[in-house]
Parts: sequence; structure tokens; C-alpha cells
Amino acid sequence: MSLLTFEGGIHPPGHKELAEHSPIVDAKSPARAVIPLSQHIGAPCESIVEMGQEVKKGEVIGNPGGFVSAPVHASVSGKVVANGSFPVPNGRMVPCVVIENDGKEEWTTLRDSPDYMDLSPEELKEKIKDAGIVGLGGAAFPSHVKLSPPKEKPIDTVIINGAECEPYLTADHRLMVETPSDVVAGLRVIMKILGVEKGFIGIENNKPDAIEKMQQTVSGENNIEVKALQVKYPQGAEKMLIKSILDRDVPAGGLPMDVGVVVHNVGTAFAIFEACRYGKPIIERVVTVTGLGIMEQKNLRARIGTLISRLIDECGGFTNDGPVKVIVGGPMMGFAQYSMDVPVIKGTSGVLVMSAAEYTPSEKFGPCIRCGRCIDVCPMGLMPSMLSLYSEKGHYEECKEYNLFDCFECGSCTFVCPSKRPIVQLVRLAKSQVKP
Amino acid sequence: MEAIKKQHELVVSVSPHLKSEETTSRIMWTVSLSLLPAFISGAYFFGPRAVITTAICIITALLSERAFQKITNREDTISDGSAFLTGLLLGMNLPATVPFYIPIIGTVVAIVITKQLFGGLGYNIFNPALIGRAFVLITWPRAMTTWMKPDAAFMRFDAISAATPLGILKEEGLAKLLALFGDKLNLYTELLVGHRAGSIGETSVIALLLGAAFLVYKRYISLHIPLSFIGTVAVIAWLFGGKEGLFTGDPLIHIMSGGLMLGAFFMATDYVTCPSVKKGQIVFGIGCGLITMLIRLKGGYPEGVMFAILLMNCFTPLIDRNLRSKVFGFMKKEAK
Ligand code: SF4
Ligand code: SF4
Repeated sequence: MSLLTFEGGIHPPGHKELAEHSPIVDAKSPARAVIPLSQHIGAPCESIVEMGQEVKKGEVIGNPGGFVSAPVHASVSGKVVANGSFPVPNGRMVPCVVIENDGKEEWTTLRDSPDYMDLSPEELKEKIKDAGIVGLGGAAFPSHVKLSPPKEKPIDTVIINGAECEPYLTADHRLMVETPSDVVAGLRVIMKILGVEKGFIGIENNKPDAIEKMQQTVSGENNIEVKALQVKYPQGAEKMLIKSILDRDVPAGGLPMDVGVVVHNVGTAFAIFEACRYGKPIIERVVTVTGLGIMEQKNLRARIGTLISRLIDECGGFTNDGPVKVIVGGPMMGFAQYSMDVPVIKGTSGVLVMSAAEYTPSEKFGPCIRCGRCIDVCPMGLMPSMLSLYSEKGHYEECKEYNLFDCFECGSCTFVCPSKRPIVQLVRLAKSQVKP
Repeated sequence: MEAIKKQHELVVSVSPHLKSEETTSRIMWTVSLSLLPAFISGAYFFGPRAVITTAICIITALLSERAFQKITNREDTISDGSAFLTGLLLGMNLPATVPFYIPIIGTVVAIVITKQLFGGLGYNIFNPALIGRAFVLITWPRAMTTWMKPDAAFMRFDAISAATPLGILKEEGLAKLLALFGDKLNLYTELLVGHRAGSIGETSVIALLLGAAFLVYKRYISLHIPLSFIGTVAVIAWLFGGKEGLFTGDPLIHIMSGGLMLGAFFMATDYVTCPSVKKGQIVFGIGCGLITMLIRLKGGYPEGVMFAILLMNCFTPLIDRNLRSKVFGFMKKEAK
């Protein structure tokens, strides 16, 4: 079988072997959970708890600030001890609710529904919304919004994104191997909500065990298919995934729904299943803690609000040659951290501790030698060389002529550039200076 | 305390956090390395003069780049290998027997005027080595067209001069060329091996192809420019190159002689001065081929590769602006 793929893209070293065979284990419940009120794209939540208030696990502590928003829940039971701004992984300071864990692990009452598949699409959507589910692949877009396409955009296909194309990360991989039927159940819920007949699960070919498990799980169902994808970054980008599996081109500046597709990540599908079946809100997620700078690489099911310093301790701490760089997310699109005191949030797929051996120092960059490598690899068909040149000279308006806003900052161009030009950084600079 | 100290030493930078190992200097040095077989063949056929002439170019290139950067207070970029490569390429494009001031002046023109005054690596419009060569060819046409008879006898400094195959073809015709080389098969073989008069590094087709194959294998160059360039030359040579009318030309002679192999694989593919989008590269290659054959068949010079590439260099910005990469999801009708 030939593997499905898209044009462009790169082959960074995968390093999946570090964590891919570590089963998911529960991380310790944190003594204090620092829970940001804005963990998603869209309006931040408003805190509805007061200092000193006792909360239970799963209780809503922040109400959504609009339709494009998602509630946040207490991830531990205990007392609210602070309400203030704390740093989050993307480097910003965000209002957070801090809960001191009383160790009782008391759940609030959850609405269990054994016959959840008999519920109406609206009821299912309501459950997903109440559970605060957002895209767990990293984008953190509220899931119920994705599940409410406008009428004029008919949806005919749902794709579950199991590409996990970011090097190092293995959280989705483990979910597919360990709980394949829950992931598929999540997919069925999504298909039911959207009234869609066709579902795909796209998995990069470097996860043969996941492909096999998922295939077994869906065997006998002819409306769900597992597709093996060529290993190539950024295979997991929505547009590239849709191109690979369905050969449809999402229009520039458009969304998957413009071509009748809705894409959800494996972790999101899993959370959707749990929300609909058990009424469980998203208070924990699988986080891959990996890299050569950490003693043991693990896939931890960590509570939202757990500081990453705790996860690092749980993995035996840093190795002797020490961490050179700590990244939350994957190495291609994740954020390098100043401090280990940032919490795990809904979109946190991994913590990567790079040792000196893995770290390529970002030397001084040179002039663009016009080698065209960045153009060849850009999955969006852009000319990153021109974007970087114009942005470097401050000609931000010209960047728009080179489709500045179609760049989704995947970093492929910067990875290949022999001159080590900080193209993504220059693109971000230009984006901040001009309007779309 | 230890933990806090460590945290302060963490590197914080914008994504992506992985970078390929490719660097500009590695590319330049690898391309230089790929020219080694052709250089060795030049040294073999043209003796010590070939080595000395090339060495003068390389040393002048390094010194003039350093001097310019010192005077203008710019960063020293000698180690990136691009000046070395320019010197090497210029040397390989000269006849072995030129007087020593020619390589020196040609190289200074290449490095200082063509490259540095335009802003340094990446900003030059023209291929520096070719401008250097064009300058000395126009200034000292005689010395630059006095070719040495290839002779594998080492340490011979008294060169016998000879005409290049393209020169003979142009001035005296195919019959004379065949008479000189015996028969066609022998002519092809000698061209392939490089046993003919010409510039130091241009004669051996085999050696050049060896280096080019290495670059293609390493993905340092793609075949878009070389194939469209050589293909165009072949078609035009076949169409119009013969004396007995259309379709009687001999494309192989045109492909294997002159500076086409060196030019198409190593000079037209210069990143800085060729288009960076593949479809633009094909247009560029075809343009190079057309101009080369126009000069070879109708022009005053027997060889046109150099001027063809330089002329097409002028069009590179235009080609790049108009033949852009296809943006994902951009419908044809929306495209401006
Ligand atoms: S220009 Fe943007 S989309 Fe294209 S490779 Fe670079 S970061 Fe990715
Ligand atoms: S990869 Fe770097 S050097 Fe090459 S064209 Fe792109 S920006 Fe320029």
C-alpha cells in the first residue's frame, strides 16, 4: 500500500523511541493546582470562585466568556487559595485560580450516561461544551464550536488526527495503543453530532502498533477507515492531513469545513468520549515528558494545573549534563520556558527537556543565499525566503504579497535553512505589524 | 539553589527548536569538493600552469574578500567558503596559459565589484566568477582565447597552442574537426575524457558529471536548470547546427564541448543568481540554452555559455517575481 502524503514537508529526527513504549501512568495529584482561566483560543473565562472556597474535583471554577470559549474545572478537590496572574507556557501572564489540594480527591456529581449514543446531537454537544473540551493537539480551539458548523457548510467527513507528527511526542500514540475503543467511540460521537457517514483515522506510519490496534477496533465497520500516512512533518496539520487522506485542498485562508471536513485530534476524541459517557470534564490529559535531558521518559496523565517542575521530579529530574532547553509542546512548534513553574494546560501535549547533545545552538544567522530549500519544504507553498527578507528590512506590507497570513508557523522552513535564518520569528514579527 | 541556577541558564528561543545540520559553509565547501575531479583532470591535461592559475584565483579571492571586509569594517566571512568557490570556479574557466595578472584582476572584479559591492553573499545579481571571466575576456581577448594543446606530460611549461573544438567547428567546419580527431567516435571519446583544448576545468565531461552526480545525490542542486539548459542546446544544435539544413546538426558535439557542462551544472545553478522556484528554473535553463546556441551559431564568439548565464542572471528577479510557488489552496481564478 502506498502511503498517503502531501507536498513539501521535512524529516526531522523523530526521537519517538524515547517514550513510545512507556505506558500512560497517572501523575501524582499536585499539592497545588494553578489553573489558568484562559487555556483556549477565544474569550477567557470568568472566575466564579472566591478565596477560601471549597471546591470538588470537576467543579466549574470559570464560566466561558462567550460562545468561542470553554469552561474550566477544578482538577483537584480543596480550597481556593489564590486568584491572580501567573505565567503560562506560552510566556504570558494569565489570570489563574490556585487550588490547594486537600487530598480527598472528591468528585463533584457527574452526569453518567450509559446510553449516551441515544442522546440527541444537541445534547451531546452540550455535554462536550460543559466538559470544557478544546483541541488537545495544541491549538486548543473549543471543540463544540468546531462541532457547530454553519448550515451553509455541509460536512461529509470526520477525520481523527493521529499523525502526531511533532518529533518526540507520544501521548496520542499511547492513547491509540492503550484505549483504542474509547478513541473510536469519541469518533462515533463526533460523527453522530455532525450527521456524517464517513470517518477516517489518520496515523503516521511510524506507529505500526497504533495502526494495527485501531484497525482491529474498527474492523467490520465500513464507515470508519484507518489510513496509514507517510512520516513527514507537518503531516498532522489539518490542511495537510485532509490533503493526504481526501485529496481536498482547503482554500487559502479557509477552514476544513469549507471542504466539508471536521478534524479532531486523538486526545480530543478520547476526551469527548469520556465527557459523553461519564460526564467527565477535562481535568487531566496525557503529557509526554521526554528528551535526553530527563532521567526517565514517561507518558503521564497529569492534572490540569500541575506545574511542570512536578512532572520533571516525577520523571527522576534532570540528567547530570543538565537541561539546555525545556520546551512545552513539541520541538517544532512548542514554547521554550524560562521557568519550570508553569502549569500543564489543556493544550499541553508534552514537556521536552533537551540535553546538550540534542540542542543545536542558534548561531548567528547569515544572509539568504536563495537556495530555495525553504520554498521546497513549505507545506503551504509559500516563499519563506521572501517573507524573511522583507520582514528583516521592515517592509511588512510586502510580506502580505507573499501570503504572510497563510503561514501557520510550522517551522519547516527554519529547520532546513542553511543560513539559519529565524524565518518563523521574522514571520511573527511581520504578522504583528500589519493587519491581515 | 542548584535548580534555580540551572533554570537561569536555560536557552529560550522562538520555535522551531530543531534545525537541520546543513549550513551555508558546508554547501560551499561541498560544491568546491565536487569540482575536484574536473580540477584534477585539468591539472592532468594542462600541467602545472593549470594548477598555478587556479591557485592564484583562489588566493586572490580569499585575500580580496578579507581586505574588502577589513576596509569596510564588515564581518569576516572567508570561512563560509563562498570566496574560495568563486576563485576556484573562475580559475577553472580560464585557459591554463594566461599571464598571471589576468587571474588576479579577474578575481578582484569577481569578488569586490560583483559580489561585495552589491552587498555580499546573497545580494549579488550576477555570478561573480562569470563576471570576472567576462571582464578579462573583453579586456584581453587574445590571451583569453589562446588555448593550450592538452598534453599529459607533466612539468612542461612550454605550451603548444591549439584551437578548441568549438572554435574549429565555427571557423573551419565539422570536416576539419573530424579530420583532426580521426573519426566521430574518437572525437566523442576525447571530448568525454577531456583531451582537448579549452579552459582548465571545462574539458572533461566525465569528471564534471561525476561531480554533478554527487551534488544531485546530495540534493545540493536539482536537475531543473541543467536538464532544461542542456536539453535546449541539444535541440537547437540538432535543428540548426548542421550545414545540410534542418535536423542535421550534431547535438553531442555541442553538449560535450565548450563550457556547457561546467556552466550548466556548476554555474547556472548558483543559488544566489538563479531563480529559486522550480518552474522559474526551467524557464531560466531554457533561456540559457537559447542564448548559448544563438551565440555559438550566429555570434562572433565560438562559445556562448558564459554570456548566456550572465544575461539570464539579469532576468532572475523578474522570473522569481512572476513565477512564484503555488500557494496551497489558492484557486486559479483568485490568483492575480
Ligand atoms: S513559511 Fe510558514 S508554513 Fe511555510 S514552512 Fe515556514 S513556517 Fe511553515
Ligand atoms: S532556506 Fe534560507 S537561505 Fe535558502 S532560500 Fe530559504 S531563507 Fe534563503
